[in-house]
Amino acid sequence: MAALTEEQSMIQHQAQSWVIKHASVQEFRNVRDGESDVEFSPQIWSEMVSMGWAGIIIPEAYGGSDLGYLTFGLILEQAGRQLSASPLFASALVGASAILLGGSESQKKMLLPGIADGSEIVTLALEEGPRHAPKNIDLTADSNADGFTLSGSKTFVCEGMSATSYIVAARTDGKAGSPEGITLFVVPADAEGIKRTKLNTVDSRGYANIEFSQVKVTVGAVLGTVGEGHALLEAILDRARAGIAAEMLGTGSQAFEMTLEYLKTRVQFGQVIGSFQALGHRAAGFYSQKELARSCVEAALQSIDNNDDNIDEMSSLAKCKVGDFLHDMSNELIQIHGGIGMTDEFNAGLYLKRARVLESSYGNQAYHRNRYAQIKGF
Amino acid sequence: MTENKLKLDEFRQEVSAWLEGNFPKSLNGKASEIGLGKNVSGRLAEDSDTWRKTLAAQGWGIATWPAEYGGAGLSQKHVQIINEEMDEIGAFNPIPMLAGMGVTMVGPTILEYGTEAQKLRHLPKMASGEIFWCLGYSEPGAGSDLASLTTKAEDKGDHWLINGQKVWTSGADIAQWCGALVRTDPKAKKRSGISFIMFPMDQAGVKTRPVKLISGDSPFCEMFFDNAKAEKNELLGDLNDGWSLGKRLLQHERQSQTGEGGPATGGECLGDIAKRYVGTDEHGTLEDTDLRLRLANHLMDEQAHKLTIRRIMAEAKGNVEVTAVASILKNSATDVAQTRTELLMELMGTQGLGWEGDEYSQDELGNVRMWLGVKAMSIYGGSYEVQKNIISKNILGLPETTQKG
Repeated sequence: MAALTEEQSMIQHQAQSWVIKHASVQEFRNVRDGESDVEFSPQIWSEMVSMGWAGIIIPEAYGGSDLGYLTFGLILEQAGRQLSASPLFASALVGASAILLGGSESQKKMLLPGIADGSEIVTLALEEGPRHAPKNIDLTADSNADGFTLSGSKTFVCEGMSATSYIVAARTDGKAGSPEGITLFVVPADAEGIKRTKLNTVDSRGYANIEFSQVKVTVGAVLGTVGEGHALLEAILDRARAGIAAEMLGTGSQAFEMTLEYLKTRVQFGQVIGSFQALGHRAAGFYSQKELARSCVEAALQSIDNNDDNIDEMSSLAKCKVGDFLHDMSNELIQIHGGIGMTDEFNAGLYLKRARVLESSYGNQAYHRNRYAQIKGF
Repeated sequence: MTENKLKLDEFRQEVSAWLEGNFPKSLNGKASEIGLGKNVSGRLAEDSDTWRKTLAAQGWGIATWPAEYGGAGLSQKHVQIINEEMDEIGAFNPIPMLAGMGVTMVGPTILEYGTEAQKLRHLPKMASGEIFWCLGYSEPGAGSDLASLTTKAEDKGDHWLINGQKVWTSGADIAQWCGALVRTDPKAKKRSGISFIMFPMDQAGVKTRPVKLISGDSPFCEMFFDNAKAEKNELLGDLNDGWSLGKRLLQHERQSQTGEGGPATGGECLGDIAKRYVGTDEHGTLEDTDLRLRLANHLMDEQAHKLTIRRIMAEAKGNVEVTAVASILKNSATDVAQTRTELLMELMGTQGLGWEGDEYSQDELGNVRMWLGVKAMSIYGGSYEVQKNIISKNILGLPETTQKG
């Protein structure tokens, strides 16, 4: 753990005990298995909001506490440990980052207080294909006298069903694949011409496909500058990558601890299986991978808080290293638990399923290895 | 600005001024030229000896040690400032290297376990770089299973009589003193009958022979003891308690092995070297896409390793206690160093396969030797596998197996 301030330590401990008590993996399981169509418990979300979690990176002037990304990461890590479902990451980190980085004063006033008090859920609608490709934007925004008309579709939009507004990456010029001609828009979810379809994903969390048919927005809906949205989008994505890396660190750490606990209690051949060197060495390897990944995640979040000039490099590093760890750890979680790990009743499967979704979000390990090489100039 | 920060800033100014007044300009950037075993003469030799003495008198050779033992009683933060200010002007601290295993391993252990007389006798001469120490641990029959060592020391009333053999002793051929693990109670269980004894190397009963390695270098020696003698008061710690003391010393060793191996390639970044040998497409991307991603992954691992060192320092607030976490870093440092040299060799193609000759550049030949040399990193100081045992038992709390056969 990074050297934390007193306030950060307090928030971390509060988050840890609250999540275990009120937003545990059992709560998630209840939502998954429940009759209702919701993807998270509204009560859990409203309690998170009342603890101030949705305003962690939002300045005080807009109703937040301005405690920064490292602090937010501490909370996301705890949520990741218990697979706590909520729009906390999608809206209070990604949505808020988008408005903070690109928003005009009036957009900030309009949306940030709502994100902080939970009345607004603002989420990024970016992907159009099955693999992360922030330049492959085909959804068009045609300029006209009243503003713009958006047509196209977005897929795998995080918390897309519960969102009140979308940050939509659209093309005002150029061809899919080009960084030029991308423009971001803030579009209310209830705008005419929007159709959303709930996705039934392997991790049972909230994702949706969104269709935009001739959706009309005013010029005031533009986030940032027309045609120059690519750099803004990447800046938002880097915050999303570092943030989701914190959640992944939590998910992987919990998987590690579950495995370690099992190694210490499961008896075969007359002794606990953790006494076998083959398993002890694997546990040692995962512990090392976990600690190295933690260093990367915390450094990435700190680089955002410090507004360093290598945020892109650090977020790719964090997303990739924690992705490698979570990938391997989630497989090992099943393997070491043996038969019981294969049962739906046991939680290991929930972690494995969530792991793959987290890995593929905002670029998987291969994506970020490639990006890191690009940043390093080869 | 906090009061503490102010004090450190003041200290930085003092250090800067002191270095300005004392570091001989002639030595600027010459750290690698004047090490032990280097043939240095004339002005350079005089200046480097003056610099060593001046630095030692200031207590900055090993500044964290107490002043009465040759240090300056400073914190890690202060040492960091001294190092940064030295870097700034091309100055360097030659003393840790001149003391061999003294500053990094034997010294810290004497500080912890030694009698007052032992501290006064040995530490100041380590801190001044006057005495080079070696460390007698491994034996032909005691590698990873170090506790099975058989070199024995008998109590002859007024001295210890030492017989046996050590191997993989760094710098034994140039060392003036040795600290060794020896068996003092042959009847006790293997971990219980071991003691740590110190003795001078310049005596008839001690012989050394360098071991030539696959890299062509001979950094290690065999050491033979034939009725070698140690003074009675050179037993460090309690009799037959050498195992716990020796393990503690190895933690200091691991701590000192957690940095990165020096680059074999003069600071040019790996990506640029790769571009030179492999070539790029019209976007400036390496032609060999498989190598490219493995290279990226290696650079990430290296960065993760460095960030972890920095994190542990920050968490410990600059006051790093020797901890079990060092075991993680030793293995990650090993991975990084070994992978780096493998990648360099691969990207250099057949130019990376020379042994000697003008057909190969210094960097190419250097990498071959480095590639072979760093294979030792996963063997010495507790092998890769021993580190994993330590992590699984000491950090994770997994039990010893009772399985037979």
